[in-house]
Amino acid sequence: MVLNNIEKLLEKYENGETSLKEEQQLKNYFSQETVAPHLEIYKPMFAYFLVNQQEQFTKHVPLNTKKVFNYKWISVAAVAVLMLGIYLKSTINNDLGTIQDPELAFNEVSKSLEMISKTFNKGTSTLGYLEEYGKGASTLEYLNEIEKGTSIIFKKNQ
Amino acid sequence: MTQKEFLNIVMPFKDKVFRLAKRLLISTEEAEDATQEVLMKLWNNKEKIEDYKNVEAFSMTMTKNFCFDKLKSKQSQNLKIVHSNYEDNNTSLQKQVELNDSVHWVSRIIEELPEQQRMVIQLRDIEEYDLDEIANMLDMNNTAVRANLSRARKTIREKLTNTHSYGIK
Repeated sequence: MVLNNIEKLLEKYENGETSLKEEQQLKNYFSQETVAPHLEIYKPMFAYFLVNQQEQFTKHVPLNTKKVFNYKWISVAAVAVLMLGIYLKSTINNDLGTIQDPELAFNEVSKSLEMISKTFNKGTSTLGYLEEYGKGASTLEYLNEIEKGTSIIFKKNQ
Repeated sequence: MTQKEFLNIVMPFKDKVFRLAKRLLISTEEAEDATQEVLMKLWNNKEKIEDYKNVEAFSMTMTKNFCFDKLKSKQSQNLKIVHSNYEDNNTSLQKQVELNDSVHWVSRIIEELPEQQRMVIQLRDIEEYDLDEIANMLDMNNTAVRANLSRARKTIREKLTNTHSYGIK
């Protein structure tokens, strides 16, 4: 009865139709001391499978965590530095305060405009020298006249 | 993911990876290197491990591909894989088995099988995977796995019968 069953299973086995459970049954049967003589050839096959299930991988695998330097943090740092620079610069330059009272503001504005015009006038007063220069240059016109005269003379001589 | 968590995932199937590699590459040293390589690759991609549906099946596929690459590069270099360990180093275990010599024959017969059949036999009869799982691992369909399995089993049986009767006659 058992043998009959095993034979059936073997046929199914060779067609690749056995389930894992049935294959386990076969393996169990063939790991016995005695099997039916005409099925003896199958014994080494199943024995081989069982032996091979026990082979183990013993080599050590070095699992070192390599630190990958993250370059994106450099850009983050750069942006932070840039923002800080802009912030500091803007606070230094623009922190002049505002005047709330319009009259006072007008006075301040006219005061500073006055200062501008004063210094501007100082600047233009030095430009007076330029007029003198112009005078000097105009006297040079006479030189041209002289040259004309001499050229006439020279022509006559020729 | 820490090293410990990773090992917890990998430990259960690292032997299977090794055995599959050995089935394909035959040499124990080569198989050890391949296993190491596969595990290192997994470790380096450990961030993605959680996304994989089945890490074990994924690793087996990876092992298969890695071994094929290895075999291909060997072929192009015109080198044969030297397997000095023709006698499995688990002879002590084999000695316990009654038909020591015949068991050895089985290993030779399997080595002579085509790669596909070797892999299918390995995954089914030794690692005891489901047919669907094997199909998934090897990128084959279910029927092809079954056909390969059947062919491999029949070949093993026939060759065993031949060697057996050869001894008698």
